[in-house]
Amino acid sequence: MSLRLSLAGLVTGLAIAVASPVLAAEAGPKPPAQSWSFSGPFGKFDQAQLQRGFKVAKEVCASCHAMSLIRFRNLSQPGGPGFTASQVAALAASYTNIKDGPNESGEMFERPGRPADAFPAPFANEQAARAANGGAYPPPIDMLAKARTYTRGFPTFVFDIFTQYQEQGPDYIVALLTGYKDPPKEFPPLLPGQNYNTYMPGHLIAMPKPLNDGQVEYPKGPDGKSPVPETTEQYAKDVAAFMMWMAEPHLEARKRMGFQVMIFLALFAGLLYFTKKKVWARLPEHASTH
Amino acid sequence: MSGHSSYQPKTGIERWLDARLPIVRLMHDSAVSYPVPRNLNLLWTFGGILVFMLVAQIVTGVILAMHYTPNATMAFNSVEHIMRDVNFGWLLRYLHSNGASMFFVAVYIHIFRGLYYGSYKAPREVLWILGVIIFLLMMATAFMGYVLPWGQMSFWGATVITNLFSALPVIGETIVTFLWGGYSVDNPTLNRFFSLHFLLPFMIAGVVVLHIWALHHVGQNNPTGVEVKDVKKDTVPFTPYATIKDLFGMVCFMLVFAWFVFYQPNFMGHADNYIPANPASTPAHIVPEWYFLPFYAILRAIPDKLGGVIAMGGAIVILAFLPWIDTSKVKSMTYRPIARQFFWMFVLVCIGLGYLGAMPADEPYVTLSRILTVLYFGFFLALALIGIFERPAQLPTSIADSVLGGSGARLGHATASEPQAKG
Repeated sequence: MSLRLSLAGLVTGLAIAVASPVLAAEAGPKPPAQSWSFSGPFGKFDQAQLQRGFKVAKEVCASCHAMSLIRFRNLSQPGGPGFTASQVAALAASYTNIKDGPNESGEMFERPGRPADAFPAPFANEQAARAANGGAYPPPIDMLAKARTYTRGFPTFVFDIFTQYQEQGPDYIVALLTGYKDPPKEFPPLLPGQNYNTYMPGHLIAMPKPLNDGQVEYPKGPDGKSPVPETTEQYAKDVAAFMMWMAEPHLEARKRMGFQVMIFLALFAGLLYFTKKKVWARLPEHASTH
Repeated sequence: MSGHSSYQPKTGIERWLDARLPIVRLMHDSAVSYPVPRNLNLLWTFGGILVFMLVAQIVTGVILAMHYTPNATMAFNSVEHIMRDVNFGWLLRYLHSNGASMFFVAVYIHIFRGLYYGSYKAPREVLWILGVIIFLLMMATAFMGYVLPWGQMSFWGATVITNLFSALPVIGETIVTFLWGGYSVDNPTLNRFFSLHFLLPFMIAGVVVLHIWALHHVGQNNPTGVEVKDVKKDTVPFTPYATIKDLFGMVCFMLVFAWFVFYQPNFMGHADNYIPANPASTPAHIVPEWYFLPFYAILRAIPDKLGGVIAMGGAIVILAFLPWIDTSKVKSMTYRPIARQFFWMFVLVCIGLGYLGAMPADEPYVTLSRILTVLYFGFFLALALIGIFERPAQLPTSIADSVLGGSGARLGHATASEPQAKG
């Protein structure tokens, strides 16, 4: 179905954007800022959100996009989606065709996945991916949350130092995944394999609208209903959060250590300031003796 | 300038060693009894901060090199391996990448401090030129370091910058081939850049030793620019006075450093460098790291390629000639009413050029960068001319006078506000 085709496009879109600076210059509106649990100095990933995001990534994105920087074992490591080790082992084993070898007789063979394996890529190589997606290459999504951004402009980028805003990547991803619209009337007619997206630089993207309401079934709460709505917006937010974790799996540890370091340095600086004052206070006598 | 050594070996072992290799005496004379002007402000702590940054970069860099693979097909993923699988690898790598930026923050403050207080003037010309050499080595090191992750900006930045040498007549193409190790930026380029990126910091450390040697021979400049006249009155021993102050400045600087490392680690980087290098796909805007932007703007301001390269190189090399360009005998701009205004304009011009370097090469940015390039070089011309007619303000008779007298309050020491110290 069109999902296959669907994932084709960021690179083609980008190539078009690069080739036609006029289109790039009229890049759409800035992605709206979402509220993220992992923003700010005390930010932490929302485990339930990461688990939902993983479900979307696995069932939708992974059919065309690789995420091979992630190993199954990462899914159970601290600061991540918080799957248990046995869940991870079962998930890895559900992939039965992991290539390995050579064995003693020199043959390559296939075996079930293990937690140490990388997440299997849908295509053997870029050429295979392009061939299956109408010439467009679906880029790996494990780093996209840090590899995509938008211009913040002056003076906003200066304020960002103090507000610690650094979620351009996930904000852009949410905007892109929910930004599929009918092209405006004055827009040139779309060619086969092109889709219109409000937030794509140049507006042309090869990936067809990947997410639709009700497409992914979320885990049910005690009342038999999913605690969050099963909508495109929610899927987009959840998968963007998961992509942020894939791009920066030690984010929680980094921010936690950061707070400890800042407290230590602030106290140390304070003590040094008063020590310095005390040391330099000896000077008047020193001067008056001469 | 310290005169006789005040080192007194106390134990038998110290006396034995002192007679054979007076290394403890050397350390004592340069870090304990070394006299520093008593009126130094916090801007003078940046020398120590820069030594700290160099050591920090070498330590984190050596450990990163243990995990990094300098191969065009593996470099990108080996950096991700460091970020994901190496214990505290994310910390090491963010310390190193942000450390490069903070190194330049510190060195720019250090250079502008030298400019403002005339630290390049006699007898500190060699000290200053050694500083310019360190700055050039730092730029080369940082540039090659940015290539190592082998992302899109690494690759295309390397392509653009190495291509600049092709503008040189006759030998240009040969130099570029030599830099690349082939006919395009590829695996051999990455290999040699890694090797040189490892080597250059130790060369920097060597020049830093000369820089500090020269400094300790001529003595530090100070905010008045008046030389030390009476070591007893005008100076204080390095330890404890300068040590504690440098340490305080260093920890304050580390607070800023840590803010970026732990909270904004990718703020000063470029998102495109998280895309693996792809020779078939050029990024929309190729932008160097922020600390090169003013020079990049000067490069692009000149319509001719060779002219641009010369202007960019000249913008740095001209600093080395500053001791002879500036005609004023007065060092500190505190006492130079006209030059001081030009100094602050120069600071704004540099920031403006930095902004323009990050913008696409379209109008109005091109015209603006041309104007600012003229103003950049104009500052040096102005320094040559102002010194001829400027009437400087009354200089304090000595450092001690400036601290203990009326003007000392502005220079900011507890001593200045002590009433009994007056007169």
